[in-house]
Amino acid sequence: MSSVAEPARPRHAGLAALGRVLAEPMGLFGLALVVLVIVSAVFADQLAAYNPTRMMPRDRFADPGWTHLMGTDHLGRDLFARVLHGGRIALWVALVATSISLALGAVLGLIAGYGPRWLDNLLILIFDAVKSFPTVMLALTLVTLFGPSLTAVMVVVVLVATPSYARVIRTQTMALKTSEFILAARAMGAGMGRILRVHVLPNVIGPVLILASMDIPVVIAIEAGMSFLGLGVRPPTPSWGAILNDGFTNIRETPWIAVAGGLPVILTTLGFTFLGETLRDVFDPRLRREG
Amino acid sequence: MNVLSVRDLTVEFRTPGGRLRALDRVSFEVGKGRILGVVGESGCGKSTLINAILGLLAENGEITSGTIRMSDGRDLTKLGDAELRAIRGQRISTVFQDPMGALNPVLSIGRQMRDIQYRLPLSRAEKDARSVEMLRKVRIPDPESRLVQYPHEFSGGMKQRIAIAMALMMEPELLIADEPTTALDATLEVATIELLKELQRDIGCAVLFISHHLGVIAELCDAVIVMYAGAVVERGEIGTIFHHPAHPYTERLLECDPGRLHERVGRLPTIPGEIPDLRQRPAGCIFAPRCHRAEPRCAEPPPDRSVGPGHVARCWLAGETAEARA
Amino acid sequence: MTALLSVEDVRVTFPVGGLFARLAGGPGEIEAVAGVSFEIGRGECFALVGESGSGKTTLARAIIGLQEVASGTLHFEGAEITGLGPAALKPVRRRMAMMFQDPVGSLSPRLSVRALLAEPFRIHGLTDRDLEAEVRRLLALVGLPPEFAGRYPHQLSGGQARRIGVARAIALDPVLIVADEPTAGLDVSVQGDVLNLLNDLRERLGLSLLIITHNLHVVRQVADRMAVMYLGRFVETGETEAIFAAPRHPYSAALISANPEPDPDAARNRIALPAEVPSLLARPSGCEFHTRCPWVRERCASEAPPLGDGARRVLCHYPLEPGDFAAPGMSSGIVEAGGPGGARSSPSEGAG
Repeated sequence: MSSVAEPARPRHAGLAALGRVLAEPMGLFGLALVVLVIVSAVFADQLAAYNPTRMMPRDRFADPGWTHLMGTDHLGRDLFARVLHGGRIALWVALVATSISLALGAVLGLIAGYGPRWLDNLLILIFDAVKSFPTVMLALTLVTLFGPSLTAVMVVVVLVATPSYARVIRTQTMALKTSEFILAARAMGAGMGRILRVHVLPNVIGPVLILASMDIPVVIAIEAGMSFLGLGVRPPTPSWGAILNDGFTNIRETPWIAVAGGLPVILTTLGFTFLGETLRDVFDPRLRREG
Repeated sequence: MNVLSVRDLTVEFRTPGGRLRALDRVSFEVGKGRILGVVGESGCGKSTLINAILGLLAENGEITSGTIRMSDGRDLTKLGDAELRAIRGQRISTVFQDPMGALNPVLSIGRQMRDIQYRLPLSRAEKDARSVEMLRKVRIPDPESRLVQYPHEFSGGMKQRIAIAMALMMEPELLIADEPTTALDATLEVATIELLKELQRDIGCAVLFISHHLGVIAELCDAVIVMYAGAVVERGEIGTIFHHPAHPYTERLLECDPGRLHERVGRLPTIPGEIPDLRQRPAGCIFAPRCHRAEPRCAEPPPDRSVGPGHVARCWLAGETAEARA
Repeated sequence: MTALLSVEDVRVTFPVGGLFARLAGGPGEIEAVAGVSFEIGRGECFALVGESGSGKTTLARAIIGLQEVASGTLHFEGAEITGLGPAALKPVRRRMAMMFQDPVGSLSPRLSVRALLAEPFRIHGLTDRDLEAEVRRLLALVGLPPEFAGRYPHQLSGGQARRIGVARAIALDPVLIVADEPTAGLDVSVQGDVLNLLNDLRERLGLSLLIITHNLHVVRQVADRMAVMYLGRFVETGETEAIFAAPRHPYSAALISANPEPDPDAARNRIALPAEVPSLLARPSGCEFHTRCPWVRERCASEAPPLGDGARRVLCHYPLEPGDFAAPGMSSGIVEAGGPGGARSSPSEGAG
């Protein structure tokens, strides 16, 4: 917790950071929630007693109880199973979409930051153009063109997230471009690919990883939101957004359905946000301003 | 009378790797109107010393023993933040290596110099007149018209001179100059030293002049303290230290300065070894592992031995070497 | 015998100001290096001396191909290397290495010493060698124990980091090393160490050295010949010992006298230079040093002096004679612009 801590050895940095995350109550809480969500998604098959798409007409709108932990919906599907499997979808979308955005953002950011001026200008123009497009309209347009699907959700996320990652990487790359260790590598005859891969990337990726970890709840919310609007996963695939939507139709009679869809979104968002913010404070407090 | 007297000052930092003793029983005083040089290489504790005096130690740092007294007998280590703030900038002022640290880039020089005088019951015009006077003293040409300019409109040498002017504006009792000429070119460095000397004579303040540059210290200072790994290994009048060093470290350091060599030599003198890890200080003399004259008794902590008038060395061999040489 | 490196009338320019400034009749570019010529022989050590803004680092970067040359030619080992692209320069870069100023900052922070030392081999595709053995060999050459291979730059002291920098430079057996401020940022007790190492390696490996520095003590200890740079030009070139014994250009004389001696009783025969270095945007007329020269005469302000020829060249109308050293300008302190000899106010003081 000292402000003038010696830089830790890279090899043990991961462990040391974990210790510091656990030392913060917010970090501990966040990590616990995230672990809970991940574990329940991974072991959804073992944890849930029912198939999430199996309809049990006799058990329609069953109250939460021992047979159905969270009750059932209007088709008699077990909500607990649907929530766990919905978590799987949510995490899968978040992970894949964020990874693609990260990879794409890193490559574009490195090129914009290190490459010639005109290319930088062009890329920045594209980033700004994409970013200036409202997310909802972007989603509606894509779905209108290609129909609702998980892929549509991911494309929306990638389009929205990539420019922000690329911008952060670009700014840092530009700052590094004239540093002596880069000049030294150039003087040795290293090519652009090697310089970007070996010397630039490891020094600029940290803050973006933290940004990405904080974006995961946003992606989960986007997926839930689009599925809620019917723009995301198609029935009968379980999704928190779809569950929420089902719940809203009958919210007066059976409010637990809406709760079953909404609660996991809230908890997951909280968990990833707390964890991400703690990670950010631990690794790079300077990012706080850019937020 | 002493403007500043530091007694047995010990500063420790809490670090993940254990407690680090950055200053070890540091004692010295700066007399009125005197210039005391502080010499030492990286890691010797120069910046910790300045921060301790200014009450600006980092959060994990702590003064574990010792006193820092001003001329009125007040102990700076016991003062609260508000009292320290009143002393900083008024009775003790500082010039740093990078003048941009002292100058706010978005405010004009005139505005900044006026702000320093906020405690004076003077009108704006009177304050500006004092600023112009001060700028003239540090040889800024055409000071009246330059008052409205911003820091970036001045060259590096001029910025450092303006920083000096600002530091001396309130006629402090003590000026702490932390490597003020290191960032300057040689021809500007000597000019800045001359200027500093002249202003000091004018204002009559005492100066604590920190530098790793032995030539600059030799030229400017009346007395000097030599620091190594957080300890003052030797202190005395400038002539004594440079001509009759009593501590082996001082001796070797002086030998290493290439400024002493007036012709090409086959091998340049060096001090082999590295500064020890301050978290695991050796029980005895801190310099012993690198000392060319280390003896078995150096495994015990050495005393501060008085070698001559005002000349003290923290070394078992101190008195003896001086006698041997005489 | 042909020179290892020969630099002929090299100029390096930088664009300044925007389009509007140029339309308004601004200079459009500054000349950081303004027509410089010199040669370095095999096994020779040549030093470029100058203060900040003199163009010495820019010149070094132009030689190593990190900076475009506006005009002039560079020959290395008999072949022209001016304006070569990265691919064509790659073989040259095995023969010519550069050491950068900041001992720690010139090492990639996330790489271990092992990776840093293996890098030159990887870049040049020499991965069939036993890299682990090469790393040990290089560490031994610069006097560091093999355990250092596992350390990271931030765990090194300035002197150790500098040794790693030297090891990287000599990795591929170059014939020329360009060293930019090899002792900058190092403590006095370590500076000697690095200079001894460079001297040793030069002898053992038959290296040529180009040393760029503002520290005259360094020059005296390592360089055979030297050039003093001012505003992108060589104002004096010659044998190091000869220049130290009797500098002929007033600026060289001022630089040599400006090195405070570590002796409180030393006589201070100092040549104080008035004002500050002029801006490259507004180069003084005639002799460009006339705004600061204590010996300035009428002719200096209007007529540019010739550099002369031969082993010792001086860019001055009235070069100093050995006895002149203690002549005018011995006063100390900052002399205001318009001080001795009627020097006019320098552009940087006036321009603002």
